[in-house]
Amino acid sequence: MAEVFFFLASIGALAGAIGVIALRNPFYTVLALVVHLLSLAALFLLLRAEFLAAAQVIVYVGAVMVLYLFVVAYVGGGDDPIRPAGRSSLRWASALFAGALFVELAIAVLGTGLTAFGEEGRGWFAGFGTPSEIGRLLLTDFLLAFEVASILLLVAAVGAVILARRRTGLEDPREISVADLLRSPQDKGTLGEAERGTMLEAGGPPQR
Amino acid sequence: MSVEWYLVVSALVFSIGAGGILVRRNPLVILLCLELMLNAGNLALVAFARAHGNQDGHIFALIVMVVAACEVAVGLGLIVAIFRRRLPIDVDQLRELQG
Repeated sequence: MAEVFFFLASIGALAGAIGVIALRNPFYTVLALVVHLLSLAALFLLLRAEFLAAAQVIVYVGAVMVLYLFVVAYVGGGDDPIRPAGRSSLRWASALFAGALFVELAIAVLGTGLTAFGEEGRGWFAGFGTPSEIGRLLLTDFLLAFEVASILLLVAAVGAVILARRRTGLEDPREISVADLLRSPQDKGTLGEAERGTMLEAGGPPQR
Repeated sequence: MSVEWYLVVSALVFSIGAGGILVRRNPLVILLCLELMLNAGNLALVAFARAHGNQDGHIFALIVMVVAACEVAVGLGLIVAIFRRRLPIDVDQLRELQG
């Protein structure tokens, strides 16, 4: 039974991956990646990684892909020609490179002594991959990685907000830097300033 | 299923992602292909964790997911900034850094 589910899930994953690189409309590309991620979550379940499968569905499919969809709707990708007609040699070179990469990886995988582990892998034990086990590992053995990941998320969120805020050019007097944000005492970005319009239109601090 | 099958699927997805990065020109789709490659790595990590009976691979895969989320946030912020400055969203035409 596991074989049937494995082949179903891997066919879904490969079809989703091919859809990502072959579909022209960016909107459908994102939907193909959703199919790929859901199939990958099924594969994780087959490998007894329950918590990881749940996190994949919630974090990737639920949050990251919705972010992608919003940006595609905002930017309005339109149809994207894969390559202009004159560049077909480049496309063939890319396909050749991808094929060579796969052959190399397959040689590396099949050439090692992985069969020593037996058919199902060896040390499965009760509670393998459950949230309690993962949580125990995160808070004991991998505490440093956990904390660094939280700081990384904070830095990325602040960086994304600063990158994507409204501005017209670098020489714009309304241009603000991080130091400027930290220094100015009169506007602290509180709710009191929100009457200037929506968040998008408020832009930087007022002219000084 | 033995672990090699999962590794072969992972290698296939990784190669498809690498080919997609070379073929596509829309930076949004290039970010999606990066996600493909990161997820191929995740699948290999989880397969090895299963083979060794050790959960460290799961933690590694979780951290990879965190890094992927950060990369998506910053990459999409860059794309929105490019769009706001009315520049073409096409990696072949964004070549100012090449000099």
